[in-house]
Amino acid sequence: MSLRVTQEMHERRFGRNLGVALLLAGFIAVVFGLTVVKVTSGGFEPPRAPVSEGE
Amino acid sequence: MSDATINSNTVTGEAGFGDYFALLKPRVMTLVVFTALVGLLAAPVPVHPMIGFAAILFIAIGGGASGALNMWWDADIDQVMKRTQRRPIPSGVVERSEALGLGLTLSAMSVVMLALATNLLAGAMLAFTIFFYVVVYSMWLKRSTPQNIVIGGAAGAFPPVIGWVAATGSMAVEPWLMFALVFMWTPPHFWALALFMRNDYDDAGVPMLTVTHGRPATRRHILAYTVLLAALALGTAFTAVGGPIYLVVALVLNALFLYGAWQIWRRDEAMSEADNFAVERRFFRLSLLYLALHFAAILAEAVLRPYGLGGW
Repeated sequence: MSLRVTQEMHERRFGRNLGVALLLAGFIAVVFGLTVVKVTSGGFEPPRAPVSEGE
Repeated sequence: MSDATINSNTVTGEAGFGDYFALLKPRVMTLVVFTALVGLLAAPVPVHPMIGFAAILFIAIGGGASGALNMWWDADIDQVMKRTQRRPIPSGVVERSEALGLGLTLSAMSVVMLALATNLLAGAMLAFTIFFYVVVYSMWLKRSTPQNIVIGGAAGAFPPVIGWVAATGSMAVEPWLMFALVFMWTPPHFWALALFMRNDYDDAGVPMLTVTHGRPATRRHILAYTVLLAALALGTAFTAVGGPIYLVVALVLNALFLYGAWQIWRRDEAMSEADNFAVERRFFRLSLLYLALHFAAILAEAVLRPYGLGGW
């Protein structure tokens, strides 16, 4: 395998890894943004703890 | 070793990021994104920008996933057809199993995320759309009937309905009008392509209308479907999603589209060969503009409606 092919292979791997990293970061940002919107707009109600009658 | 294998792109397992992205059929995704966006914005319910963005993103990813699954299934015929020979699988850059894995993963992710971000009905509709495109169209209809793109066109027509449902959580007549527009537009669009791609479908053994019923019959079908499409497109102007802006746009575009279809019907193969299918190619390009501008007009009506300018 020539040096040129090896260099191109590394460039492809780097581009692929960078792409996946950016996509994962973007996905996390979207999920975080959705969570903030859902919680602040009343779309999510946390379960309330049961209150016993004796208290 | 043939010349075809002396290509750095054929180093298996070393595909670049762009090669995987190409599996998602980015050009088809633009149609999906735009029509879904119009469906979402035309809905009479305000949507939070973040939720709207997420909905369109996951609909686009779902559309892309079905594209990857289509390329996985159709790798054999993509190899034969000139138009598709440079796709990642037939060119040897990406393996079929990778396309299958990517398609299934993105399908599941997009459906679940759309359901969580918007509502279950939207998620279910996206799942059905992927199923329809991959199983009903790609696996069943495409290789068995010349009506493949007529029925299979439904898959490309669902995005505005999904966009609407993502916003409202319920069904209505309006998104189905947009569905009908894309559905009726698909056959003349693809049959024009089949006319000037000539032997592609024949070589691949795909029973397109040009192959099973001949090219003159395809020209007649293009005209017939364009007449029906024009009636539908103009009728839509007087519905809840239409209005004066849409009517003007539809009048101009349908006049041009009908003229193009009439020209195609009047021509024979000798005339088409003489100018290298110039009229058919022009009709195909116009069809892209046709759909984009109809949806842009629907969007304009919806955006201007709150200011008393859109609609009737």
